[in-house]
Amino acid sequence: MADKVNLKEVLFNPFSKNNPVIVQVLGICSVLAVTAKLEPAIVMGLSVIAVLAFANVIISLLRSTIPTNIRIIVQLVVVAGLVVIVDQLLKAYAYDVSKQLSVFIGLIITNCILMGRLEAFAMGNKPWPSFLDGIGNGVGYAIILIITGFFRELLGSGTLLGYQVIPQWCYDHGYANNGLMILPPMALVVVACIIWVHRSRNKDLQES
Amino acid sequence: MKPLKRFIDRVRPNFEEGGKLHAFHSVFDGLDTFLFTPSATAKPAGGVQIHDSMDSKRTMIMVVLALMPCFFFGMYNTGYQHWLACGIADKPFWPLMLYGFLAILPKVAVSYIVGLGIEFIMAQIKKEEIQEGFLVTGILVPMIIPVETPLWMLAVAVAFAVIFAKEVFGGTGYNVFNVALIARAFLFFAYPAKMSGDHVFVATGTQLGYGPVAADAYSCATPLGQIATSSGQGLSLTGADGSAIGWWDAFTGLIPGSFGETSVICILLGAGILTLAGIASWRIILSAVAGGLLMGWIANACATPTYPASYLTAWDQLIYGGFAFAVVFMATDPVTAARTTTGKYIYGFLIGVIAVLIRTYNNGYPEGAMLAVLLMNAFAPLIDWCVVQSNIRRRMKRLTAKTQQQ
Repeated sequence: MADKVNLKEVLFNPFSKNNPVIVQVLGICSVLAVTAKLEPAIVMGLSVIAVLAFANVIISLLRSTIPTNIRIIVQLVVVAGLVVIVDQLLKAYAYDVSKQLSVFIGLIITNCILMGRLEAFAMGNKPWPSFLDGIGNGVGYAIILIITGFFRELLGSGTLLGYQVIPQWCYDHGYANNGLMILPPMALVVVACIIWVHRSRNKDLQES
Repeated sequence: MKPLKRFIDRVRPNFEEGGKLHAFHSVFDGLDTFLFTPSATAKPAGGVQIHDSMDSKRTMIMVVLALMPCFFFGMYNTGYQHWLACGIADKPFWPLMLYGFLAILPKVAVSYIVGLGIEFIMAQIKKEEIQEGFLVTGILVPMIIPVETPLWMLAVAVAFAVIFAKEVFGGTGYNVFNVALIARAFLFFAYPAKMSGDHVFVATGTQLGYGPVAADAYSCATPLGQIATSSGQGLSLTGADGSAIGWWDAFTGLIPGSFGETSVICILLGAGILTLAGIASWRIILSAVAGGLLMGWIANACATPTYPASYLTAWDQLIYGGFAFAVVFMATDPVTAARTTTGKYIYGFLIGVIAVLIRTYNNGYPEGAMLAVLLMNAFAPLIDWCVVQSNIRRRMKRLTAKTQQQ
């Protein structure tokens, strides 16, 4: 890659204009699975940021020594190693959350965003831009996770981060939590709403 | 009608291009064509077009008319069940009707205000004419939910259904799923405590301050609800006052249940109106009944205590619960049903089979008609595609055989 990469674009484009979840529609599976509550969503977002940033740096450092025909395996090994580290750290310091996230931390390895960034960016760029790209895409993913988790926990359980937000007064007057919000189908609807709002604000993203 | 027509013609210029109220022209057009045949005719660009007066608005009105027997009976039955729940022996006709009327009026109003409100806003945003599809949906939704459903839940469900089941797909005529059933499914999964069980199907309090009040701890489940939670062989169904009920009560409809779905007699009346007017497909109704009977017969033949609903006979499966209502008014929705003739038979048959299958073999869902229709809505295009493809293949074969002969 001879062209100079614009570091600012590398970092900030994935936040909105080229968001991995709502523009590229990658990593939807984990968005559906971990966003029933806000806390796991935040932890999941942080884990993906960490894994993605460091995997990008490592692959970028190795990029000229990796033989092309086995590069996917090398990428997988790097990601798997990082995922195991994150998983162990969570088990050690945030056991409850790691229980809630169960297999989904392990499944970060199958997240399309990771392989996509490694293949598309880290294999062809220097470590520093790759690091920024990893942070940018990770944050782009985490933002959507947190927005989705916020609405699902607020409407589905009446709490935020485990604290009761909707006052008892509302329940006394007939308000009830929306059980559908906790079920995965509603996560899809919430993500669809985010995409809807996002596209109506960014005219250049609209397909004809 | 004359003065009304004169009034509309007088205010019309205000809504036309350049008029003061042009922003509301879609609302005006909607009301105008609702009342009278459209004043504009198709432009003769693509040849001569003949319109008959049975346009989609008239079709919708016919469906609403066909729903009226169920609607009025629902009013009576709501009052009747409430009087039973209060333990009052004499049941005067008009107070019962008034009670039911007061129970359903707010729901119909909320359903129409929310649904039509969203449609009007959408029409304004998209600069299109107002679509009339909500006329039927708006009255169907209050008829398929329990009488004790809170109004705000109804409003949320209707808004969800209209936006996500209809408007995002392109509005009336483009929806994949039946909008009224989506509203009910939303309620069912979002607020299960208010949509099933033994506290929601019989009104216990006053309606807008009218009527007697039942005892505090009063509870009564629908017949299918009682069956799903019963154990052992003997099915003993009880009505709202604790007395036994049988198939005749279910046929006439004096049993607890959602507002409009209890009376099979009234549903048959509606089915007659719909099929005579050529709106509902008799093929779907017939094959759904056949499917329900077949599955009911199979379930009954291998009845086990694990699944108490399998002790119902095949005929009972048809008259209890929402099966008849769903088959006549939901499955036949021309937008979401299969369109090919063979496809209609397959579509209806599978609805009947799946409805009985769910209600018999899943004790968590005492009624399966809603889920069966929604599931088959999703498969209707596939059924049509297969039917069309097999037809093409058959004719291709015939054609090649013919050309080879020559």
